[in-house]
Amino acid sequence: MTLTSIIFAGILTYFTRMTMIALISRDMLGDKIKAVLEYVPSAVFPAIIFPGIFINDFGTFIEMNDPKIFGALVAVIVGYFSKNVIATISAGLVSYWFLIFVVFS
Amino acid sequence: MLSKKQLFTRGMVDISPHMLSVIPFGIICGAIGVELGFNPYLVYAMSFIIFGGASQIVFLQLLSGGASSLVSVASVGIINSRHLLYGAVLSEYLEKLSFLKKLLISYIVVDQGFAESNKFFKKNKGEEFLYYHLIGTGCTLWVCWQIATLSGIILGSFVPEELGLKFAIPLTFIAIIVQDLKKLDHVIVMITCGLSSLLFFDAPFKSYIIISPIIALFVAALLLGLKK
Repeated sequence: MTLTSIIFAGILTYFTRMTMIALISRDMLGDKIKAVLEYVPSAVFPAIIFPGIFINDFGTFIEMNDPKIFGALVAVIVGYFSKNVIATISAGLVSYWFLIFVVFS
Repeated sequence: MLSKKQLFTRGMVDISPHMLSVIPFGIICGAIGVELGFNPYLVYAMSFIIFGGASQIVFLQLLSGGASSLVSVASVGIINSRHLLYGAVLSEYLEKLSFLKKLLISYIVVDQGFAESNKFFKKNKGEEFLYYHLIGTGCTLWVCWQIATLSGIILGSFVPEELGLKFAIPLTFIAIIVQDLKKLDHVIVMITCGLSSLLFFDAPFKSYIIISPIIALFVAALLLGLKK
């Protein structure tokens, strides 16, 4: 790993952040596109969530009885009703730990 | 009308719960770099120059696995291309800023900051200095990320691996989108994206992370068409 490669990766990353904010004016996007953009959080974050739950460190699918699935379900339920970020993350982690350290140990 | 300081503080407050996942992830990210045998200064330089959690880990893993610099840099670019979508959404609220301010604020746009500030923007469209909320979320994330990766680099992985704290990352994003489960159209878009990401997980350059949102947004466009 060289500093040059990090700088190139950094410039590339910066361009992905800056392009739409600084170089594109909102008027250039039509109403249809603006309406579709309302879905961006729902359309992007599951691509981080699903592999984070269903795929392990070795890039293969987990078993259907994996504690992560249970932890994620608990997080969804707690998050839905509590509307609280800390409660959601903690509930998911604690239920996951409960399974790996108490039930399956 | 809220002052700049109030908006900045509000941004800090809104993003702080996510530190529960960002800080352990930063520590892991720093520790992995050193464990893989990279120069600690370069590992830290990534946090400052790239400033993008998942892409930093992938960059390290690819390089240590023998991938060329070109492939590794390209993967970082592709993983981070999702910021183009965040920028397109945020541009509505940042339109009035000077070009220089736009260039500066762009550096601190990251997933969780975008998500929380976008939620705040939608509810408070009338505020004049709305972008201070984004500065608040972005700066908080930036400072915590620098400290967390630095501690990982210096202290090693003092977070026990058995705790599986990487799992906090999907949980953070569940917390962000869980309220949209109330809307059927959003649920369809989420499932489309999630299933696509599993289907295309092995696509080259980690491109599943941008392929699946594009498919999901296409489905969103179809749904909008059906609604009319």
